[in-house]
Amino acid sequence: MLDFEAIIVATGAELLLATAGLVGVLLGAIFGDRFNGVSYKYGALALVLALVTVLLNWSGGTAFNGLVTTGPFVNFAKVVSFGAGALTLLMGENFMRRHETIRYEYPLLIIFASLGVGMILSASNLMTLYMGIETLGLSSYVLASFHRDSMRSAEAGLKYFVLGALASGLLLYGISLVYGFTGTTSYEGIAGAERSIGLLFGMVLMISGLAFKVSAAPMHVWTPDVYEGAPSPVVAFFATAPKMASMVMFANVMFTVFPGVFEDWQLIIAIIAVLSMLIGAFGALIQNNLKRLLGYSSIANMGYALIAVASGAEYGAAALLIFMTSYVIASVGLFGGVLSMRREGGMVENIDELAGLVRRRTGMAVALTILVISIAGFPLAVGFLGKLLIFEAGWNAGLMPLLIILVLSSVIAFGYYLRLILVMWVREPAEPFQPVDTIVTTAVYLSAIACVALFIFIGPLSDWAIAAASGFYS
Amino acid sequence: MGNFPILTAVTFLPLAGAVLIMLVRAMTGGQEGEEASGNKALVAGLIFSVATFLASLVMLASFDIGAPGYQLIEEVSWFANIQYKLGIDGLSLLLILLTTLLTPLSLVASFGSVKTRLTEYTIAFLVLETFMIGVFCALDLVIFYVFFEAGLIPMFIIIGVWGGAERIYASFKFFLYTLLGSLFMLAAVVFMYLQAGTSDITQLETFAFAPEVQTWLWLAFFASFAVKLPMWPVHTWLPDAHVQAPTAGSVILAGILLKMGGYGFLRFSLPMFPDASELFQPMMFALSVIAIVYASLVAFRQTDMKKLIAYSSVAHMGFVTLGIFSFTEVGVQGAIFQMISHGLISGALFLIVGVVYDRTHTREIAAYGGLVHKMPIYAAIFMLFAMANVGLPGTSGFVGEILTMTGAFQASTWAAAGAALGVIFSAVYMLSLYRRTVFGQMTNPALETISDVNIKELITLVPLIIGTILLGIAPNIIFHITRESSLRALQMITGG
Repeated sequence: MLDFEAIIVATGAELLLATAGLVGVLLGAIFGDRFNGVSYKYGALALVLALVTVLLNWSGGTAFNGLVTTGPFVNFAKVVSFGAGALTLLMGENFMRRHETIRYEYPLLIIFASLGVGMILSASNLMTLYMGIETLGLSSYVLASFHRDSMRSAEAGLKYFVLGALASGLLLYGISLVYGFTGTTSYEGIAGAERSIGLLFGMVLMISGLAFKVSAAPMHVWTPDVYEGAPSPVVAFFATAPKMASMVMFANVMFTVFPGVFEDWQLIIAIIAVLSMLIGAFGALIQNNLKRLLGYSSIANMGYALIAVASGAEYGAAALLIFMTSYVIASVGLFGGVLSMRREGGMVENIDELAGLVRRRTGMAVALTILVISIAGFPLAVGFLGKLLIFEAGWNAGLMPLLIILVLSSVIAFGYYLRLILVMWVREPAEPFQPVDTIVTTAVYLSAIACVALFIFIGPLSDWAIAAASGFYS
Repeated sequence: MGNFPILTAVTFLPLAGAVLIMLVRAMTGGQEGEEASGNKALVAGLIFSVATFLASLVMLASFDIGAPGYQLIEEVSWFANIQYKLGIDGLSLLLILLTTLLTPLSLVASFGSVKTRLTEYTIAFLVLETFMIGVFCALDLVIFYVFFEAGLIPMFIIIGVWGGAERIYASFKFFLYTLLGSLFMLAAVVFMYLQAGTSDITQLETFAFAPEVQTWLWLAFFASFAVKLPMWPVHTWLPDAHVQAPTAGSVILAGILLKMGGYGFLRFSLPMFPDASELFQPMMFALSVIAIVYASLVAFRQTDMKKLIAYSSVAHMGFVTLGIFSFTEVGVQGAIFQMISHGLISGALFLIVGVVYDRTHTREIAAYGGLVHKMPIYAAIFMLFAMANVGLPGTSGFVGEILTMTGAFQASTWAAAGAALGVIFSAVYMLSLYRRTVFGQMTNPALETISDVNIKELITLVPLIIGTILLGIAPNIIFHITRESSLRALQMITGG
């Protein structure tokens, strides 16, 4: 017998998104191009409703014979992801209109990608997990190449697809090994299985596949190219919603599927974290393209987040949520900045184009400075507290070498973050930008304000995150 | 004053001013002529910083001098066990007063000498003032760290935007040096928080860390404060930063930012890690004496006026560490006095360099000479501060140096002897600077038309003249206020 109430509680948001996506396809078929303009609001509305659904079913539950299990920890990530998805979708509307690619497929793909986001978070069985990852992945490949006529966009999509397929293959192979050696695909069953060499092999392969999703080194190589090539609104989405979800999913898998072999995977995650931090920090130093730079910055930040994962659930879970939330907020704002860099004749992406922004648009420059400060983890913005909590988690878990790398890579990273600030404040002004869309400006200002406000009033957020993470160790 | 949060008011008043100026600027769109709107912003900033100064006088009035412990405490929960906690003792009180005094003076000094982007300039200074005051009244380690670090950004922008030709290099060097040092401190802060279960400074002062732990924590804090102070051999960012910074930036940098290092040693290293402090005393003495002697010798060889004064700052900060680590009451009192006095004197010296720089746009010592013929008042003021910097009795410089040396003498004769050597060297470089710029024949034709100090410059210099002489004649004003703080800094060492 299907227990409908349990299904609604556990998968209400995903059901809503799936329905909205399919209805959207129908609407598109019926109304054709007339649906294009409305579709963005439609997509954003669907995401906001999904967000509300998650909030209403906050404590979560289990459904479909244990294929799906939700709880506050993953629901926290869903709330942030759906919110970021809705915001980045709206921010991209005018961009797409100007590039004459305002088509309803885009919001629908975002909806389907968000469906994947919800599924990977809710999964409590490797089959559900894989389906979610593929739903998210396939939507993402298409989104990356959404500008069909642009060589760069097509290249980004192709690269993403080829490497993503490889990662999926690794993941699937890992899943099959795990299944073969434990006889089950359910999280709970694997967690209860005995440690065996086959299980470890499977786990390592799974980690490789999952590392691709969060763009952690050495599976990061797609990130800068896709960030550079894909249309900016798409990158804004990639950098926020799926990043948050994938990282929390990664942690969730490690914490709930492999708690018995914590010592075994802790070292692997630690190595991945170190590589990501170093590659992210050094790689960004030589970038001139703002989107590429943000790509490397995201690699470094994922390295920091992985420290929280390596700390284990008890210490790291709450820190991970707060850090990723602060990262997403800053990223939304920074990509708003990318979207506002428009000159006569098109978008510009070079860092030097921001020169002297403070004289052309003081408010925007101040907001972007705050966002850079936040993502750099400097005091006065919430990013600092995120990093501080990661530091605390790593310290509690005794991961001193990781913390040393964290500090060093943060200092190196300041080199390029400072360069951004310097370009905006010191250099002689470049040509003024074209007027910026209200929605983009609003998003930039809002996220800058959020960065400062959450810094001052971190109490409620941290209480919320701690409560959400407490399911792992209570 | 009842429950009025006077410390929060003093701390955030400048920030409120900065936000207001920013909002006004955003609303008017900055369209009206840049210079006109910039001057208005500067005036507004001046009003706010003067208001802050007045508020800090109210704070002084409600401060009970002589009472032990921290006063005017404000406490609000932030997150986890971390509190937004402010409070002051005599030491912080004086440094806050120094901050609120120097900021309006440096803004006054900027009239006419800074010509570009005055609005942003004013905003940067006001924001910086908030962070500086915050550092001195924070009573929670994390809050302290936040203010301590946050101050880097406005200073980075001040040097980077309004600095000289090599400003980018200097600002990066300043930022990264300080940041690297501070991150060690951050690690120590996290560790202390985890071990003691609190980041409340008043509780940490009585929390006994194990001796071997103390050593590491002490070194971590040392990394940060030694860069900030700066001590030899991590002082090399200072000359670059000073030379490139605009006059007002140098005043704040030398007058206040450097004091954060000494403040940190007194507030954290001594009371919280007494065993480690005793362990490292010889090292600190050695580094202090090297700083005093080496920096004085280097100063003598400089051809750039600002660089010379920057090196002289390094030497004078050597006296501060010497006094602090003598672990004697007289030494610590002298160190605090030296910090206040150096704040006034070095601030004045940078303003004095600024006066001629504004007229001739060069800081090369060789380009000057014979200024006394055209600028008699200037020559007199310069003479006073040159002498104060050397440590002439009757000026505040003398009191600080003699006390720190007395303190050091009780702990180590050799250290005191080395420091005394430094005093002699300081006379050599200051007098030579004075002779080469003010006396002699006027060889540079560009100086023929140079004018004496004007009203604006007098307004900035007179308060510093009064302060320097007043403290030189009646140093008890300071000692009276700081006695409790010095004793508390020492009680863990002498008492246990």
